[in-house]
Amino acid sequence: MTVELGHFALVLALLVAIVQGTVPLRGAARGSEPLMAVGRTAALAQFLLVLLAFLSLMNAYVQSDFSVLNVAQNSHSAKPLLYKIAGTWGNHEGSMLLWVLILALFGAALALFGSGLPQALKARALGVQAWVGVGFYLFILLTSNPFARLDPPPLDGQGLNPLLQDPGLAFHPPFLYLGYVGFSMAYAFAVAALIGGRVDPGWARWVRPWTLAAWIFLTIGIVLGSWWAYYELGWGGWWYWDPVENASLIPWLAGTALLHSAIVVEKRDALKGWTVFLALVTFGFSLLGTFLVRSGVLTSVHAFAQDPARGVFILLLLLLFAGGGFALFAWRGPRLAGGGLFRPISREGSLLFNNLVLSVAAATVLLGTLYPLLLESMGGGKVSVGPPFFNRIFVPLMLPLIAAMAIGPMLAWKRGDLGQAMKRLMVAAGAALAATAAVSAILGSIEPAGVLGLALAAWLLTGTLAELAQRIRLFAVPLAESLRRLKGVPLGAWGMTLAHAGFALMIAGMTGSQVWRQEATLVMHPGTAVAFAGFEVGFDGVASVPGPNYIAERGRFTIRDGKRVVAQLEPEKRRYPVEGRETTEAAIRTTAWGDLYLAVGDARDDGARVVRLYFNPLMLWLWFGAAVMVAGGGLSVLDRRLRLGAPKRVRTGAVPAAARS
Amino acid sequence: MADRRAFAARLIGALLAVLLLAPLLVNAASAVEPDEIDADPAIEARARAISKGLRCLVCQNESIDESNAELARDLRLLVRQRLQAGDSDQAVTAYIVSRYGDFVLLDPPFKAATYALWLGPLAIAAFALGFVFVFYRRRAGRSEAAPLSEDDERRLAKLIDRNDP
Amino acid sequence: MLRRLPYLLPLIVLAGLAGYFWSGLGRDPNTLPSVLIDQPLPELALPPIAGRERGLVTADLKGQVSLLNIFGSWCVACQAEHPFLMQLKAEGRVPIHGINWRERDADAGPAWLKRLGDPYTLIGADPDSRAAIALGVTGAPETFIIDAAGVIRYKHIGPITKDIWEKKLWPIVERLRRG
Repeated sequence: MTVELGHFALVLALLVAIVQGTVPLRGAARGSEPLMAVGRTAALAQFLLVLLAFLSLMNAYVQSDFSVLNVAQNSHSAKPLLYKIAGTWGNHEGSMLLWVLILALFGAALALFGSGLPQALKARALGVQAWVGVGFYLFILLTSNPFARLDPPPLDGQGLNPLLQDPGLAFHPPFLYLGYVGFSMAYAFAVAALIGGRVDPGWARWVRPWTLAAWIFLTIGIVLGSWWAYYELGWGGWWYWDPVENASLIPWLAGTALLHSAIVVEKRDALKGWTVFLALVTFGFSLLGTFLVRSGVLTSVHAFAQDPARGVFILLLLLLFAGGGFALFAWRGPRLAGGGLFRPISREGSLLFNNLVLSVAAATVLLGTLYPLLLESMGGGKVSVGPPFFNRIFVPLMLPLIAAMAIGPMLAWKRGDLGQAMKRLMVAAGAALAATAAVSAILGSIEPAGVLGLALAAWLLTGTLAELAQRIRLFAVPLAESLRRLKGVPLGAWGMTLAHAGFALMIAGMTGSQVWRQEATLVMHPGTAVAFAGFEVGFDGVASVPGPNYIAERGRFTIRDGKRVVAQLEPEKRRYPVEGRETTEAAIRTTAWGDLYLAVGDARDDGARVVRLYFNPLMLWLWFGAAVMVAGGGLSVLDRRLRLGAPKRVRTGAVPAAARS
Repeated sequence: MADRRAFAARLIGALLAVLLLAPLLVNAASAVEPDEIDADPAIEARARAISKGLRCLVCQNESIDESNAELARDLRLLVRQRLQAGDSDQAVTAYIVSRYGDFVLLDPPFKAATYALWLGPLAIAAFALGFVFVFYRRRAGRSEAAPLSEDDERRLAKLIDRNDP
Repeated sequence: MLRRLPYLLPLIVLAGLAGYFWSGLGRDPNTLPSVLIDQPLPELALPPIAGRERGLVTADLKGQVSLLNIFGSWCVACQAEHPFLMQLKAEGRVPIHGINWRERDADAGPAWLKRLGDPYTLIGADPDSRAAIALGVTGAPETFIIDAAGVIRYKHIGPITKDIWEKKLWPIVERLRRG
């Protein structure tokens, strides 16, 4: 009963979206307040309708209503409740419904919280947002309807891939979509500004919180996916340059550039064309990612539906929205130019450099991902582009950016003094070298690539802290004064400090775990032990353990450091009878210095087992650094200065200092 | 001035170093079973290196070194067998490419079909840099405010520093 | 006008990309085209499977146009295709040779054939994939069309259905026979 209600609600949402897409835009062109206000009501109504539709599908999953085709294909009565719920979005149709739900959610948020926005801008943004919705409602209703019924209903469903029955992965898609779809707000703002013909610091001030929110979610989504792959897939890796992974990285790179570019528009009324372009292209990349995953064009372990008909529809949506945005940009873009001038060596200059590197990086990853398809379409045969290409191009590209990240914040606006900035960073550089030497020594060997990676990470970390120190005039004024200044540091500045510091930690984690990793594959008999990575790994045996919908073979390992037992690890090999699949659950012992990672394989005839051991140094720093980076983003969003109608200058200490000089 | 140049030079040096070393930064994860491991560690090392560059054709986004697929295992054994028989690394790889095409190489070869791929990033970077250069050159040519006195510069820097992100 | 160029660029790039995507839709990214088309068969010398006297060598595949089918008892799609192969054998239109690929157990292949029927004129056993790799095989079933001179002329990936046979494979066999 309820899915029909949900279906009906979705159709209504489509109609409301059409209204929302036309009336407010008319109102903005005419300056009619009542017409513009329709946008607000429509956005709220749209959200409630889509929410109803989504909840009706989720309800069907929770009730295990197998008369609904979608539920029958993707669920099973024996699944734990959490995964029944997560199953709602663990398939193509359901995930598209989640997509539009989040789209409507952002629209409603703008309607509710965008009270300080200029009326016309808000109305136009809501209108554009609505049109994106219209496109996707049509896509769902016409090609990917989750509400179809199955008659007669089967006794039980076809289950869900056991790989997806995991908390990390259950939440990976929602966060990703919050990110992808969140960037539709920046897109809507950009198109609205282009229609209105004006991009000014006020616009940038409004774009930033929405973009930050989307960026935070996308970061969490990507990191969750990586983390899941790391602990679940049993191979100790966390990034494969898989086309679908790349499809999430590309908008992230563009979104990061957008975030930073918007700062320049806000502070200095410059880089407007860049920022609008980035806003359009980031969402364009989100759409492209959706296309790549669902059209069957690229091959990937991730890919959803392999359906060309759906692919055609999404391609049309991509052309319509990205193409429409770019066409508008081509027409109205030249109007935007002008604004604050600046020297190459300046805060703006470094942010422009940031734009450049991130854009080139995004374009490069896009090139590598699409190249096989492009070459084949031109009849040039089939090639494959794998991790070696990406590592060779992407990594060197990011290096100058990381180096610059420590310097940029030290430069003044408009005209920066590089010499002075470098002088202030000298202490940082020294500390960085010392830290690098220490860590390399502890990790055991001097690997050039590793040392370089760690050095850059240390440089960035100490440089970022140096910037904070300079801000509070540490060691230049009495400690009490510095502490007072510390309290006055705006949240946005804390955000930057944490975000950059977090990123530095991530780089250290990436470098440590890649360069200094140790691995061993051996056959072990129960009761024996091996030496590995400075530990003694003892294999105690395997027991058969039943789970809610699987049977596990659980290995037991005792890890000793000298005489002392430091851990008991229990990796498993699980068999899911319904799907007939197997998964490997690795056991990981995490410390600040590294992860000891164990996976156990099948039994041999003589009772021995294949055991894979990995030691990933500094792995934790990657995850921890990501959390810090996200926290930094969160602090920036909370900064009230971003929400006020007019820029407020914070003059803590400025008057006394001026008086003193 | 001298600071900047020395800095730039050091940066470029570091870049070159990593460019040469970056291919090492591949996500190493192995599906090699103990019974495949060759007795000769030199051959084993060569086999692992070759395997990491060959794509598993069943799983399609892993190397045969990482893949659990049966065909991957058979290919790994073939690589070791050929190395034992005395083939060079290039000969082994060439044999597999002759059977499966360039697609089997994870690292696409540098030939006519892939010039665009390998040179692409460089071209994009050059284009972007060039674009920025031209665009901002034209703008910087326009009026620039008269330089401030040292005192004013310092005061201005202090004030601007306060308004950060 | 020149000033507009950078603003037009994204649109142009998008249009180009869209064109490629359009042509890419409907292609199966998983099928790997064979690089061995029009190449002579590699030297094969495969032993017989249990219950047969003769195995399969390259010379056996010369003299007439034939099909070379890669199969295994573990392969579900091979089972789906099997009745059609039996039908082809009954019709006697073209000889079908087989390579029994990657059987763990030497009896598995013969047992499977005993159960489902044996359409093959000659069968070679390939437990360690040497022949499969030499032929550039990535999965089963795959079927090659070999001409009278022992040159590979076509490779079909996946099970053969009546439709595929009538529309694609049989015309090629006929063409090769005509010379």
